[in-house]
Parts: sequence; C-alpha cells; structure tokens
Amino acid sequence: MEKLKNEKSHEMGLHKEALKGRTQQRFFSAEEGENLTYFNSFDVDTSKKASIDAKNMTPREINTKIRELMQQGFGDITIDNPMSRHGVGVGILNRLNLTFNDSLGYFGCGLIDGPNIHIKGRVGWSCGENMMAGTVVIEKNAGSTFGAAIRGGDLVCKGSVGARTGIDQKGGTIIVGGDTGAFSGFMMQRGRMIICGNAGLNLGDSMYDGTIYVGGEIEGLGVDCVQGEMTDLDIYYLSSKLDLYGIKTPNGIEKMNKYVSGKQLWNYDKLEPSEKKLVL
Amino acid sequence: MCGIVGLIHKNNGGSENVGSQMTSMLQALKHRGPDSTGYAMYGKSNNNNYIMRFKVAESEDVKGGYDIHTKISKRIDEVDSRLKSLGVKIISKDNPTEYSLRYEVSISKDIKNVVDYLEDIEGVEILSVGHSLELIKDLGDANVVSNQYKLDGFKGTHGIGHTRMATESDVDISSAHPYWAYPFSDISVVHNGQLTNYWTNRRDLERRGHRFSSKCDSELIAVYIADKMNQGVDLETAMKDSVKYLDGVFTYIVATKDQLGMAKDVMAAKPMVVYESEDMIALASEEVAIRTLFDSQIDTFDPYHGEVRVWKN
Repeated sequence: MEKLKNEKSHEMGLHKEALKGRTQQRFFSAEEGENLTYFNSFDVDTSKKASIDAKNMTPREINTKIRELMQQGFGDITIDNPMSRHGVGVGILNRLNLTFNDSLGYFGCGLIDGPNIHIKGRVGWSCGENMMAGTVVIEKNAGSTFGAAIRGGDLVCKGSVGARTGIDQKGGTIIVGGDTGAFSGFMMQRGRMIICGNAGLNLGDSMYDGTIYVGGEIEGLGVDCVQGEMTDLDIYYLSSKLDLYGIKTPNGIEKMNKYVSGKQLWNYDKLEPSEKKLVL
Repeated sequence: MCGIVGLIHKNNGGSENVGSQMTSMLQALKHRGPDSTGYAMYGKSNNNNYIMRFKVAESEDVKGGYDIHTKISKRIDEVDSRLKSLGVKIISKDNPTEYSLRYEVSISKDIKNVVDYLEDIEGVEILSVGHSLELIKDLGDANVVSNQYKLDGFKGTHGIGHTRMATESDVDISSAHPYWAYPFSDISVVHNGQLTNYWTNRRDLERRGHRFSSKCDSELIAVYIADKMNQGVDLETAMKDSVKYLDGVFTYIVATKDQLGMAKDVMAAKPMVVYESEDMIALASEEVAIRTLFDSQIDTFDPYHGEVRVWKN
C-alpha cells in the first residue's frame, strides 16, 4: 500500500480508496518492471503432459483441476468426456496446449488470453467469448454468438455455426469452415471474419469497422454493410490463414467476396485512428 | 429462460422407455427453469379409446384450505357423473396424485363438447385427450414430477418436455407446459421464449371459438396450430405459417400422434440443438440434455432462423 500511495495516480488524487477485504482490483504502475502478467497466470512447460477424465466432474471442478495442473507446470492438458458441459476451459491467461476429446456446452473457452485449444467435438453458444489471444479450433459445429466480443486470437470452427457469429467483434479472426446464421458480424467493430460457406440474413448489420469475407452465398446484407474490393493482399491473407488450419473454401479463395462497413458515423469518422482505438 | 426437449424413436413400435429418457434430459436442463416440469408422451396408440389426463385442483390448493379434500372428491364425482350423462364409458381410472387423474375412456361424441362440459366444473382442467398422448405437468424439477407420477417406466415412441422458469404468468400447473392443442386429440406444444403479440392474437383466436386455460403466451402456439389444423392445414405448413404469425423470440416443439416438429423465430434468438440419426431424433435447448442419452460424442447442429423441421416416426 505504501508503494501504491506514492504512485503518480495517487498523487493526482485517484485511487484514494483503501484496499481491504477480498478484491480483484489491481493497480499497475507504468514504472513497474513486469506488469504484463495476470493474476492466476502460470509459467508452464508444454512438454509436461496431463489428462483428466471429466465424466463425473462439474464445470467448476474441471476448471479448478486445469488451474491446479497449470500451477504444477503442466503445459499440455487433455480433457476426456466433458460431456457438453457449460463454461469449461475459461479464464486461461497463459500459454497452454489444451485438448478436449469431446464436445463443450455454452460459454466454452471464454475470457482466455494465450492458450491453444483444440476441441474435437462441437461447442454450444458463445464459444470463445471475449477471448484476447491464442487459438481455439473446433472440429465440428458451433452454436450461436460464436466469438462474441472477441478481441484477439484465432477462433476457428471447421463446421457450421449458428446465428450472430462475431457479434460485437472487436479484434482477432473468426474462421468458419461451413455456413453461418443470421446477423453474423452484428455490430462488428474490428477484426476479420472468414466464412467459407453461406451467410444468413443481415450479414454485418450495424458494423462499425472490420472485414468479413464470404465464400458462398449471402441471404442478405445488414444495414450499413457494403461490398468491398478484394485485393491481392486479401487473397494472400486468406490463403495463408486458411492453410494454417487446413480449411478449404468450396469455390476457391479467388471467388470469395469482401464486406466492410459503409457506415458514416458522425462522431466516429472524425476521429484519428489512435482515437478510434480508444473508443472501441 | 425455460428448457425444452423433444425425442422421437423411429420404427420401434413404442417399446422405448421414453419416460426415463425424457426425465434425464429434462433434469439436465433444471438450471433453465426449476419452477415446473411437464411431459407430453406418446405411448402405444389405442384407436378405440382415449386417454384423458386432467386435474381437479392446483397442487398448491391441496396445501391450504380446510375443505379442499372434500371439494376434490366432489369434483371427481361430478366429472364421473357428467361423463356418464354424456354416454362416455370409463374403462379405467388412475390418480397419480390426489388432484391429478388419468382416465381411459370411450368417447363417441365430439371431444370438444365433452371437454367443455367437464371444464365447466370448478377447478377442473383437461390437460390432454388423445389415443396415445399423455400430458403430465406439475411443480418441481423432472425427478420430482417423474417420481410423483411414476413416469420412469413409460414406454412409447416419442415425447416432448419442458422445464419452466416462470416469466409471463403464475407458477402453477395451468401455466406449466406442455399445452394440449384443444380440442384436437394427440397434439401438444412446448415453447421457450416470449411472444409479443400474444393478446392481439389471443383475442383473434377467441373470437373464432378457441379456449385458453391460462395467461401463458405459450398456449397461443398450441391454439394457433389447432386452429390451422382445423382448417385442414398439415403440421409443417401450419408451423411455417406460425413463424410469420408469431412475433417475438421463440423456439417451440410440437408433437402429434406420429410426428415431431420444431420451429425457430426469424432472429434465431432462442437456442435449439438437434441430434439426428437413423433410429432417433433428439432436440433440446442445450446439448447437455441430449448427452444424458449418449456416453460418447455425437454430431449435433443448431437450426437456423425461421427454420421449421418435422420428423415422422
């Protein structure tokens, strides 16, 4: 506390409150040597392997077990039989190779920053919600609100996904090997979405920024979503990104179309790029 | 938020233990609504007789009131007497609870007349009438209701179920799902969502002679489907029309004597996961419910906006 009190923010009159009891609030100092690691992030060794049979475990028990293993330095964890349970594999804030040999339920792998996750089954609604970095690769289908508010990393579904894919997307890349439902890219603000198959109604409705690529047919564009011009750079980007995950487009990358925001927001468009980043 | 499930076995002749399968699926969805649980299950069809499930009081009524037990007894006597006066033969009687009864009856008259006459008795509500449909609903989770009504051994071909979080109406049996599509035998509906044009459409349907037993918006779907089928429209067409007719966010499942259908609103706002194989189709708000039937990984998918699907057993 003494150290904190002497920091500039305290001199400016901020953070006067006393920290006591349980809190998750932390104040970082710009002068602090290493301030880029989170609470509950662990230094793991990816050659140290462990597996869990989650058949009779609750989601909380599964997540706690993953955390315990990471604490012990295990960097390659396999989960068998999660049985489509919800909220599993969330809040992992360090590098980790995590494999689920089954399907997950709702909100799987949300709030992550760094791990490489491989799901051999299907995922329910809101997979990868708010992810910051890392990769999540799903072998089968996914439910709605796939990658809601994602900020970074690659979220990949090799099958088809439900409605509102990438709603409120703020960064990162969402890749869908099959089709997506209605309102995909709704209120998208940044990042890229690659849909190899068809897209449902109102694609990119109310999008502010970002780019959507579609390989198949579109049921309808949303308000303020317009077709952009494909460049060589787009084709190079798509080809390298899809190759990375072994995904093929049904009609070839050259025939993919690009969609961007046509919105002229009175305030937003007057901002400088650095200022835009602050408001998003 | 409510949880809904549906299950249909193909070519099994009604020998599957639908009761225990539905219970395990519904119990897995308890977190979506613990207020009440309901089943509409289809057993072996008996083309001569009807199964009539009805209640003569709410489960909450039984806990209070000095003379409720006498009243219940009098209501049951009155039901028997009115059935007799209509020439309806009671083949067998069963009362899983004091206030909820199952009669096997032989009806030669129009079902609507029989139901209207019985529901004229205070506290009486006909939950279902059908050759194979049996509709059971009560307060509590699936295990509670299943134990209370001894549903674990129920053999049949298909069924739909609902676990309810009450948002639009009371926590009672009348407002619990499923709903029978009065006065059509063997049609039932479960729903997850909110209908925003409920009152407008309800008044419209009431003017056409349909009855509503609750103020639950979900009942509108059952009545609407019944109205359409009354006009000679097939189930799939009626459901496709309903997607335009109903406003709001919804996913619902309908079952008839030999069909199971699902419909999703145009914004795909409510969840539904479908598992399809050559032997069976299972639907649920969450895959975790379907997984109670399978030990290993299965292939499932989410239907899209405005999608309607119908399966036959």
